[in-house]
Amino acid sequence: VRGRARTSSTCRATPTERPRETGSPAHSSTVPAVIHPIPSGTRDVLPDEMRELREITEVLRSVFDAAAYGEVYTPALEYEAVLAQGEMADARPAYRVFDENGEVLVLRSDMTVPIARVVATRYPQTEPPLRFCYFAHSYRGVRPQRGQPREFLQAGIELIGSPAPDGTAEVLTVICTALDALGLESYRVGLGDAALFPSLLEGHGITEPARSRLLGELTRGDFVSLEQELAALDLQAAAVDLLQRVPRMRGGPDLLDGPPGPVADAMDGLRKVHALLEPAVAERVIFDLGLSLRSIGYYTGAIFEVYDPALGTPIGGGGRYDDLLGRFGRSQPAVGFALGVDRLHMALAGEGR
Amino acid sequence: MKRPTNGLTIAVPRGALFGEALDRLARLGVDTEEVRTNDRKLLFEDVGVITMRPSDVPTYVAAGAADLGITGKDVLMEQADSATPGTGREVYELLDLGFGRCTMVLATTAGPDLAAEALRRLGVMRVATKYPRIALRHFERTGRQVEIVEVKGSVELAPLTGLAEAIVDLTATGTTLKENNLVIREEIVVCTARLIANPVAHKLKAGAIDEVLERLRAH
Repeated sequence: VRGRARTSSTCRATPTERPRETGSPAHSSTVPAVIHPIPSGTRDVLPDEMRELREITEVLRSVFDAAAYGEVYTPALEYEAVLAQGEMADARPAYRVFDENGEVLVLRSDMTVPIARVVATRYPQTEPPLRFCYFAHSYRGVRPQRGQPREFLQAGIELIGSPAPDGTAEVLTVICTALDALGLESYRVGLGDAALFPSLLEGHGITEPARSRLLGELTRGDFVSLEQELAALDLQAAAVDLLQRVPRMRGGPDLLDGPPGPVADAMDGLRKVHALLEPAVAERVIFDLGLSLRSIGYYTGAIFEVYDPALGTPIGGGGRYDDLLGRFGRSQPAVGFALGVDRLHMALAGEGR
Repeated sequence: MKRPTNGLTIAVPRGALFGEALDRLARLGVDTEEVRTNDRKLLFEDVGVITMRPSDVPTYVAAGAADLGITGKDVLMEQADSATPGTGREVYELLDLGFGRCTMVLATTAGPDLAAEALRRLGVMRVATKYPRIALRHFERTGRQVEIVEVKGSVELAPLTGLAEAIVDLTATGTTLKENNLVIREEIVVCTARLIANPVAHKLKAGAIDEVLERLRAH
């Protein structure tokens, strides 16, 4: 109904007398006398929606379970100093409170870093690989918009102790099995390498501060600034052309046939993953040499994002984080992904399911 | 051929960029005749064009309601929040189209600089603008304290009536500023029209988008 503010966009923290709106009489019997607001970017889930969300998470749970991923739950509140070891960059926790001892607690901003903590603390000796899955809320201080709330439910898996390419291929397979089981039809998985563009820059002798600016522009998808910035650097025309062309390259496996020399390592890694995939998974993959996941600092190798034409934003993502466990004291190669359950729900609804 | 954009939907801004944006599309082979002549219709499905106000273009593209869009850099800068990355509209910026060239400027009334005087004596200057984020970032970057007064139109009125000492606004020729006895004190940024894309469409419709991009670049 026009002119009727949604409660979630109301930012007052106390129950508010609803202002009397003159000239908006229709449905006035359904207007509550008092509105008790909830914080911006959060929302209530009522039974009709909850039933559908539950169907989704139950399907995912059975797929993860069948693939031997054991479900874990960790506290929503953690010590800031502990999670800070994850170097979450722009996705770092945004909400802080003090406990009774004056320690700073944060609401976790993802589940990968807490699971890295769990592996180091609770499984210090266990023989890898370890497989975990989770269904948990995380919190980020984003500007609330469609599919971008501040509290969001993620369904994900983490595979600890399985290096590339086998671990990467296993995780990609589990993603596709899960999405197939849900009946999502038109999804695709973008596959790239977090180390690709940084190593390309390094190979051309590009150092700070230009390096960070260029990486930031790629992550934002600002190809205009990327082009301007490269033109302003003291580079040969062929190098500028390569640095502009490579991050725009995306497509089928034929993309991997003619590898540009300087990114041979990353291309080789992608080829090896591709070779391990079953045809049904491989045909879902879009190779994307410019894939650069927004705002997460811990990815080291293969990274991926899930897309569906019914939704303008990615449904989920993940990648390899081979250095993260080492920061918590148990060095292990690892890979994982998370699906946004609400976004998945929107994509399924958008596909007419 | 009615859909040379390969089935893509493009958001086109009505207003100052409208004519030139349609010229570019026409050069790609899009039949823009009806779009030009029918100013009541908003959705031209058979040619893949949606028309809207410029500041709505990133909204439609970010949500995937349009695959591509044309809008001014000023709009993109105003909607991006560079202080906290990841919180702005998420669109890819593919190409500087070069037209619609304007400059974002700081202007005050001619004669003694009342804004500088306010800053010196009162410690803060009042700046009226339709672009509060661009203005605030500019003054933060240059280390000056300001009070931003957001207005929706005819920003030139503000310094003439004492609402503010200065304005931050977009100017192409400077004519409106001169007519209102305002002078440019600083140039903040040059803005041109940009081609933007939805990030998911950029992956899923890579071939179609790259083809449009290359043909627009070639002109």
